[in-house]
Amino acid sequence: MHGKVFVGQSVKRLEDPDLLRGQGQFLDDLALPGMLQAAFVRSPFAHASFSHIDTATAAAAPGVVAVLTAADLPAEMREKRILLQVPNPAISYPVTQMPLASKEVCFVGEAVAMVIADSRHRAEDAAEQVIVDWQPLPAAAHCVDALKPNAPVVHSTMKDNLAGRFSLGFGDVDIAFNHADHVFSARYDTHRGTGLPMECRGVAAVYDVVGDGLRVWTSTQTPHNTQRGLVDMFDMAEDKVRVITPEVGGGFGPKNQVYPEEMMVPVAAKLLGRPVKWVEDRREHFMTTTQERDQVWDVSVAVAASGQILGIKGHLIHDAGAYLPWGIIMPYISASTLPGPYRLPAYRMDVSVAFTNMVATTPMRGAGRPQAVFVMERLVDLIAHELRLDPAEVRDRNFITAAEMPYSMGLTYRDGAPVIYDSGDYPEAQRRALAGAGYADFKARQATALAEGRYLGIGIGNYVEGTGLGPFEGATVRILSNGRVAIYTGATPAGQAHRTILAQICADQLGIDITAIDVVLGDTGVMPRGAGTFASRITVNAGSSVQIAAQQVRAKVLALAAAKFGVAESDLELADGLVKITGAQGDRISFAELAKMTSGMPGYVLPQGVMPDLEASGYFTPPQATYSNGSHVAVVEVDPETGMVTIDDYVVVHDCGNVINPKLVDGQVQGGVVHGIGNALLERMVYDDDANPLTTTFADYLMPTAEWAPNCRIIHMESPTPLNPLGVKGAGEGGTIPVPAAIVAAIENALQPFDVRFDSCPITPQMIVAKIHATAQ
Amino acid sequence: MSEAEITRAITFTVNGAVTDMHVEERFSLADMLRHCLALTGTHLGCEHGVCGACTVLVDGEAIRSCLMLAVQVDGSDVTTIEGLADEDGRLNRLQQAFSDHHGLQCGFCTPGILMTLSAFLADNPAPDEGHLREALSGNICRCTGYQGIVDAVMDVVAAPAAKAGQ
Repeated sequence: MHGKVFVGQSVKRLEDPDLLRGQGQFLDDLALPGMLQAAFVRSPFAHASFSHIDTATAAAAPGVVAVLTAADLPAEMREKRILLQVPNPAISYPVTQMPLASKEVCFVGEAVAMVIADSRHRAEDAAEQVIVDWQPLPAAAHCVDALKPNAPVVHSTMKDNLAGRFSLGFGDVDIAFNHADHVFSARYDTHRGTGLPMECRGVAAVYDVVGDGLRVWTSTQTPHNTQRGLVDMFDMAEDKVRVITPEVGGGFGPKNQVYPEEMMVPVAAKLLGRPVKWVEDRREHFMTTTQERDQVWDVSVAVAASGQILGIKGHLIHDAGAYLPWGIIMPYISASTLPGPYRLPAYRMDVSVAFTNMVATTPMRGAGRPQAVFVMERLVDLIAHELRLDPAEVRDRNFITAAEMPYSMGLTYRDGAPVIYDSGDYPEAQRRALAGAGYADFKARQATALAEGRYLGIGIGNYVEGTGLGPFEGATVRILSNGRVAIYTGATPAGQAHRTILAQICADQLGIDITAIDVVLGDTGVMPRGAGTFASRITVNAGSSVQIAAQQVRAKVLALAAAKFGVAESDLELADGLVKITGAQGDRISFAELAKMTSGMPGYVLPQGVMPDLEASGYFTPPQATYSNGSHVAVVEVDPETGMVTIDDYVVVHDCGNVINPKLVDGQVQGGVVHGIGNALLERMVYDDDANPLTTTFADYLMPTAEWAPNCRIIHMESPTPLNPLGVKGAGEGGTIPVPAAIVAAIENALQPFDVRFDSCPITPQMIVAKIHATAQ
Repeated sequence: MSEAEITRAITFTVNGAVTDMHVEERFSLADMLRHCLALTGTHLGCEHGVCGACTVLVDGEAIRSCLMLAVQVDGSDVTTIEGLADEDGRLNRLQQAFSDHHGLQCGFCTPGILMTLSAFLADNPAPDEGHLREALSGNICRCTGYQGIVDAVMDVVAAPAAKAGQ
């Protein structure tokens, strides 16, 4: 073995030097000769029909090359909708967007025409001159109202707004409720806002007339899904459509769909025979990039006198928005995440998915889980409140223990496999989080503060998160003839430092430094199959594939060197790009020489059974999700006069199995928590009663800034999973998931003297003041 | 050419190089830097002056290049992210500290944050953490949760004389 080990070390990121110098190549930095710029004409109404679009004035404007409407599209695209990524028989109306709406728009911002000009300024000038004969229609603006009889229909072709309906559960809920000492019920509203990567979306495309091929660059989390969408839309062979992601300036989920612009820019490039680019502006982003927001849960919990939970039942209404690009995955994840770390004997959740005249909702950091965790943790706090028990104690009495692992929940997860928690110690995670926050003496601190007129509160948020979903993410490892090592994968980074992580894994297998490795990511041209960056799945899937492929390359290097030197493989060692005979002087061969020999060097005969090239590909296919977990404790101070909440302390116990790079995991957790603080206290995407979005700037929609961000104290636990060769679990979303639950509990705890309850998030200062006043009257 | 496309001649310095050009009056400074000079390290996150991603230095002051017109820099000295590292590409002290302390993830907001902090530290070489967070609060980062950035700056403040790589 070589001396240096990279896995488990906080090595510095390979990505940093370029990004710090402003040399990162993002989508809008792409400039090709003759490139045209596009702007879209979008609906100002949440619901409207139209029959005529007058493009004549716009088409004659300076610099305009073309104005396209649905009627101008090639015959094979007309009335065709974008591929639905995840079909499901429970979906009533499997409707996705068209590249351009042809006669009806169903949310503000839906595109009806595309203007292509020689500059973006001119394209936007001309877009204002496109005239559409809008006929406004009534709109459905809230998911609960949308399911009521006689609600306005979201799509005029539908008889109602029920997008899908399903139930899931286990055990006998009736028995549980009949035998309960107590039954408590509540309605919870959750609101998640939107993902808001700092880089908006963008697409560029070139059509190659000679090869009849499309090359598409897009700021996406999932180039292979975009490729599948294009192949389906254009009915082209897969090898004629290459999708490449440049640096992606943040994803957080919303860049994990196939968007209409990703169809329109390529078709324009093909029709016009010139490169075309479109970059979304922030207002378009607030209107047209998918969000994840409203769920309304009516739930009841059956409890024994001891505080032991006997059963939970209820009804969840999920807002799908106007289309279903991701089907009904999110409410499914929500409903199957609800039980969390607690032993639940009986469970039944009836789920209704409602269309509304707003932009579609799709998975965003946490993907349905923050809502479920909010509901479950609020229920546990409700039990504690009603039974006058300590909230931590109620959790302790209901935890699944480490001795019960693997623990079968009795549910089927969204990957089709049963929900089986693979590893973790939930009681210990909470114990460490409470110890970290000084829970034992908190009541004394709280009393002291109260005597000074200060309102301190503490809250707990526990969660279990299915991560690392399959079906696979592939990787190829190749030693190049210059001796450097290349890793190719379809995985697409958006800040997670996949290059560094995958290089760490590969370096350990091949005995080289991570700086000797080049990682090529997010290009369908180098990796024919891939799923994408979502569900905290890349280290699990691509990482395991790199490990498998690198092990195969290592075996091949050893076999070839052993044959050359006439020694046993066990006599060889790999170090710094060389194969040496252990203990011997002089006998060594470099990776570069081996790579040249095996890549077709005349006169060199490969040993029997050895294929050319020092290359191997791995496609790790996980048998099921692997379940990360954690426990968050928030300490807040609330000013009852102004409603202002200050976060005094935030402790995170985080268990994502084996940690490849602790500093990177800390970064994911810290960033995730601050995203969660936005969800808990700040971020509200407001629509009016006609479904018009009202918060379409960063001045209206508040995101956490540095003054809101606590310095989280992060405590790692490592419960390796047996489900992949690295023993790793996902780490990208856990930071966000339990934050609203912990912070809202802490606010409620701080305001105990006022006896107020909070059943929704985000909680704004106005809401706190209003609640205190309402309770006082 | 429409009225909106009238151009004007300007002369200014960018990252030490004197630049003469004709620019459309309606172009923002960010558009001019990115599209006329191919200085694409300056990023646009909102184009309404809130996110701070497009921050550059004009005569040493941090300004939002999405809100300033290009013609306004006539006669000025502009520094962009491309002007921070030395000619050999060696990172400056602040850039190096960002790498050491995991102060960036996707890196899209990073150029604006580095420019904001460059101006801030020039005026305030020894800020406390609260003052720093206040100064940083005009830049939005969705990835990092800001802690790595704060740690990086406090490291620079604690050892300002240390050079990158030493």
